[in-house]
Amino acid sequence: MKVLVDEEKCCGAGQCVLVAPKVFGQRDDGIVILLDKEPPEELHGAMREAVSVCPGYAIWLEE
Amino acid sequence: MTADAVPTLPISRTCPYGPRPEHRQLREEAPIAKVILPNGRTGWAVTSHKHIRAILSDPRFSSSRRNPGFPTARPNAPPSALKPLMLELDAPDHGPVRRTVIGEFTVQRMNALGPRIQEIVDQHIDAMLAGPRPVDLVQALSLPVPSLVICEMLGVPYADHDFFQTRSSTLVSYKTTQEELTHALGELTSYLGKLVAAKMENPTDDLLSRLIQKQRENGGVDFGDLVGMAFLLLIAGHETTANMISLSTLMLLQHPEKLEALRQDPSKTLGAVEELLRYFTIAESALGRVAREDVELDGVTIRAGEGVLMLANTGNRDPEVFENADALNIDRGARNHLAFGFGQHQCLGQNLARMELQIVIDTLFKRIPGLRPAVPLETLSFKEDASVYGIREFPVTW
Ligand code: HEM
Ligand code: SF4
Repeated sequence: MKVLVDEEKCCGAGQCVLVAPKVFGQRDDGIVILLDKEPPEELHGAMREAVSVCPGYAIWLEE
Repeated sequence: MTADAVPTLPISRTCPYGPRPEHRQLREEAPIAKVILPNGRTGWAVTSHKHIRAILSDPRFSSSRRNPGFPTARPNAPPSALKPLMLELDAPDHGPVRRTVIGEFTVQRMNALGPRIQEIVDQHIDAMLAGPRPVDLVQALSLPVPSLVICEMLGVPYADHDFFQTRSSTLVSYKTTQEELTHALGELTSYLGKLVAAKMENPTDDLLSRLIQKQRENGGVDFGDLVGMAFLLLIAGHETTANMISLSTLMLLQHPEKLEALRQDPSKTLGAVEELLRYFTIAESALGRVAREDVELDGVTIRAGEGVLMLANTGNRDPEVFENADALNIDRGARNHLAFGFGQHQCLGQNLARMELQIVIDTLFKRIPGLRPAVPLETLSFKEDASVYGIREFPVTW
């Protein structure tokens, strides 16, 4: 599974960071940074959750 | 449909926490329904989780409270002396403004603020324990904690906290008359004006000073925008969290088994906070929009200029999304609720609110294990008609 983020759409709410702090972080200005582009299997459920809670539709998965 | 066939939308809550039966019925029958809005205009009520999300993330809907079609749910008009606040801006103006402040509210920054919030909470609980019983939890804890936290973040000097707190209490109190409101608003904006001016002269280590610095780097300081942002952060971050503190405390006191579960395993508190946010959805009245153009959505046409009210409390009990949606289940683990809104305006302070709530809940019941309501619960008065739902006074003892 590959994770993709669109910084333009991100509104910095940090929901993804709460769901998966090993995969998502926030830059100093609040915008999302991807810490792990291909997270391990055990985080795949969390990735789907991150997609579903992101208020900016800024996260995609390629499976 | 003829105009007189359009039903009038009632708003105030009837059951203390849950959605009105009329709202549930709309969700089942017409999740985007044409109604007479509380402001007397014809517009739309949206009640399903799916449609609320769709509209809140659709740039064809505007947040401008100054648009005459905007579905103001309550009479309290926003202070028009201020320039449009971030909350009222649409794309493409909104994003760049939000980006000047989101860095102050990241998960990491909020985690770093945790120990200070803990101190503030402890001080207020110390004062409760040292003072007379019963005490009104709203005044003793719920209001002052978020108020002090946002004061410190903004960089309000310690000596001015009292001034700040009394004015903002006036602003959010249900007892305030229109005249008092105007007066308190004037005092606060002029105070914030002086504060911003002082930070421009002598920057300190706080949000406002950093915002001024950022504006300088971006080509120029806009005094009005700075005052507006300080005002918005103060108002948005204050009564909301305060009401959640009071309601959450009440709810947990009513459900000792849930409280016990949190005592046994504090790692559950954050999940409980999330569920309490969903369960109460205290700020649904903030979720109004107005169509910027004609929008076709699932068989209805919303015309340009029509107001749309997102009934998020009903959306947060949508059985298609939440199993056994009317039950408070602290182990639910559902973050996809609408209590903080959705889309580009989703609550900027949500991670601050989560942190404050988590610390208060963990600390209050640990330090005052015998905490209990000091009056019969039927006598508590809820803010059915206020823009943010809550309890007016909550006498507690131990
Ligand atoms: C439990 C507490 C809170 C609740 C339920 C809540 C709820 C909301 C909701 C529903 C919105 C969306 C409004 C819209 O879409 O038009 C919002 C926006 C906002 N909230 Fe909160 N809020 C809370 C706490 C806070 C705190 C602590 C702050 C801190 C300063 C804050 C600051 C803001 C700001 C600045 C916005 C506007 C964001 C924007 O327009 O981009 N809120 N809040
Ligand atoms: S949840 Fe979405 S909008 Fe929020 S920080 Fe993550 S990517 Fe950005």
